Amino acid sequence: MDYFLQQLINGLTLGGIYALIALGYTMVYGIIQLINFAHGEFFAAGGYMGVILLSYLAASGAGPYVCLAGALILTMGYCAVLAMAVEKVAYKPLRHSSRLSVLISALGMSIFLQNGLMLTQGVYDKAYPTQMTQGSFQVAGLYISYMQVIIVAVTGILLVALNALVFKTRIGKAMRASAQDKIMSGLVGIDSDRIISLTFAIGAGLAAAAGIMVGFYYGSVHYGMGFVPGIKAFAAAVLGGIGNVTGAMIGGALIGIIEVFAAGYLSSEYKDVFAFVILIAVLYFRPTGIMGENVDDTRV
Amino acid sequence: MEPVLELKNVSAGYGRIQVLRDISLKAFPGEIVCMIGANGAGKSTTLMTICNVVTAARGDILYRGNRINGIKFSKLPPMGLCQVPEGRRIFPRLTVQENLELGAFFRKDSTRIQEDLDMVFDFFPILRERANQKGGTLSGGEQQMLAIGRALMSRPRVLLLDEPSLGLAPLLVGQIFNKITEINRQEGTTILLVEQNANVALKVSRRGYVLETGTVVMEDDVKNLLQNPDIRKAYLGE
Ligand SMILES: Nc1ncnc2c1ncn2[C@@H]1O[C@H](COP(=O)(O)OP(=O)(O)OP(=O)(O)O)[C@@H](O)[C@H]1O
Ligand SMILES: [Mg+2]
Repeated sequence: MDYFLQQLINGLTLGGIYALIALGYTMVYGIIQLINFAHGEFFAAGGYMGVILLSYLAASGAGPYVCLAGALILTMGYCAVLAMAVEKVAYKPLRHSSRLSVLISALGMSIFLQNGLMLTQGVYDKAYPTQMTQGSFQVAGLYISYMQVIIVAVTGILLVALNALVFKTRIGKAMRASAQDKIMSGLVGIDSDRIISLTFAIGAGLAAAAGIMVGFYYGSVHYGMGFVPGIKAFAAAVLGGIGNVTGAMIGGALIGIIEVFAAGYLSSEYKDVFAFVILIAVLYFRPTGIMGENVDDTRV
Repeated sequence: MEPVLELKNVSAGYGRIQVLRDISLKAFPGEIVCMIGANGAGKSTTLMTICNVVTAARGDILYRGNRINGIKFSKLPPMGLCQVPEGRRIFPRLTVQENLELGAFFRKDSTRIQEDLDMVFDFFPILRERANQKGGTLSGGEQQMLAIGRALMSRPRVLLLDEPSLGLAPLLVGQIFNKITEINRQEGTTILLVEQNANVALKVSRRGYVLETGTVVMEDDVKNLLQNPDIRKAYLGE
C-alpha cells in the first residue's frame, strides 16, 4: 500500500510536468488546428535557459528560493518571446496555406531549434544544481522530497492560473471566441493575430517551466530532451481531448501516473512505451479523447 | 446629406472567381436600406467585402467619408461599423452572456457596458433567462436575437444585417423585424439589410437595391420597387 501511494505521488509529480507541456499543444491546436511539432523545443530551451539563469543568480548570492523563482519567471518570459518569434517567422506567413505546409514548417522549426541548442550549448548533458532543493521529509511512511513539493506547487499554481486566465478573464474569453470562429471574433473586434501570438507565448511559457522542473527531477538537461517528453505530452493532450484545456491537465496526470506505475510494477525498461500505446489506443478507439466532443464546456 | 457608407464601383470575388461587378451603393445616416437578391446573387459577399473579410479587387469603400479598403476587419467595430453575418455565427461554446460581452470587447467603459447589457436583456427578455446557457443550445430565433444583441453591444453607428429572417417561422420574422425597426428609430442606427425575403425587407426599408449575379440592377425608394411589376414577379411571388 505504501509503495502504491509512493508511486502515485511520483506519478502525479511527473504528470504535472506533462500537463504543463500538453497545454501548449492543446491550446495551439485549439486556436489554429496545428500540431506544433516544435513545441517540445520550447521545453528544452526552457531547461537550458533555466540552468544558465540559476547559475547566474546563485553567483549573485541570492537565496535558493529567490534564485528558483527568478529563473522560473525569466525563463518563462524568454520562451514566450521565442515562441512568438517562431510563430511569426514559421507559421504566420502560412496562415492561409494548407495544413500540411504548416506542419512541415513546424517540423523544420523543431530541427532548427534543436540544432541551435546543440550548437550553442554543446552535445553533453548539463547538470542541474539539485543541491538547491535537496532533502526530504516523511509523512505517514511516505518519502516526499522538497523538490517534489516544489514541482507540485509550481505546477499547481500554473495550472490554476491558466485555468483562471482562460475561463475567467476578458482575454481568455477572446481566446475561446477566436478558437471557435476566427472571422466572427474579428468582426467583434478581436485581433486574432494577437490572440494566436499570445497563445503560443502562454504555451511556451508553461513548457519552459516544465523544462526547469524536469531539470531538477532528472538532475540534468540535454539538447535533445524535447523529443520524448514532447511526444508523451502530445499523447496526454490527445488522451484528454485535443483542444481541451482541462483535458490536457487530466491527460498529463494520467500519462505520468501510468508511466510511473508501469515502471514500478512492470519494467522500467518499457516505461516510455506506455505513452505511445495509450496514444495509439486513444486514436483508434476514441479519437476525441476523454473530454472530447460530448464534454464541450471546457474546450477553448 | 452625405452617405455614412458608400460603395463606388466595387468588384470582388474569391480567388479567380469574380462575384461582384461594379457595385455602387449608399446608405444615408439613420435610414434602413435593403439589398434583395436571389441565392448566390452576392449579397453576403457584398457585406463581407464592406468589412474587408473579402478583399475588394477594385473600387472604393467609404465609411464616414474615409476610404476603408484594406483595413483589418477587427478595427471596424470600434469605428462603429458592425456586421451580423449570415447564419448568426454566435460562439456556440460561450454562454449567452459571454457572447454579449464580446460584442463590447473593444470598449473600456465598463459601467456603460453593463447598462447596455441590461438594455439588450430588456430588448430581448429571453436572453436574460438564457444568460448562463451555452450559445449553441439556443433555438434559431434565440440565436438571431443573440447575434443582434451582440452587435448592439458595440453601439454601432452602421449595422450590416445578413438575412435575419433565415430559417425563422413567419411570426418570429415579424418580431425580429419589429425589433430592427425599433433599433433604427431609438438609436438612430443606420441599417443595411440584406434579405432574400423581399416582402419583409421592403416593408421596413426606405430604399432598396436589387442584386442579380453580382450587379446592382435596380435601386429606388421601396414604394417604387413595390409597385414595379418585374420586382413583384421576381421577388414578391406574384
Ligand atoms: N468562400 C467562397 N469561395 C468561393 N466562392 C464563394 C464563396 N462564398 C461564396 N461564393 C460564391 O459567390 C457567389 C455569391 O455568394 P453569396 O454568398 O455572396 O450569395 P448570397 O447572395 O449571399 O446568397 P444567399 O442568399 O444564398 O445567402 C456564389 O456563387 C457562391 O458560390
Ligand atoms: Mg448570403
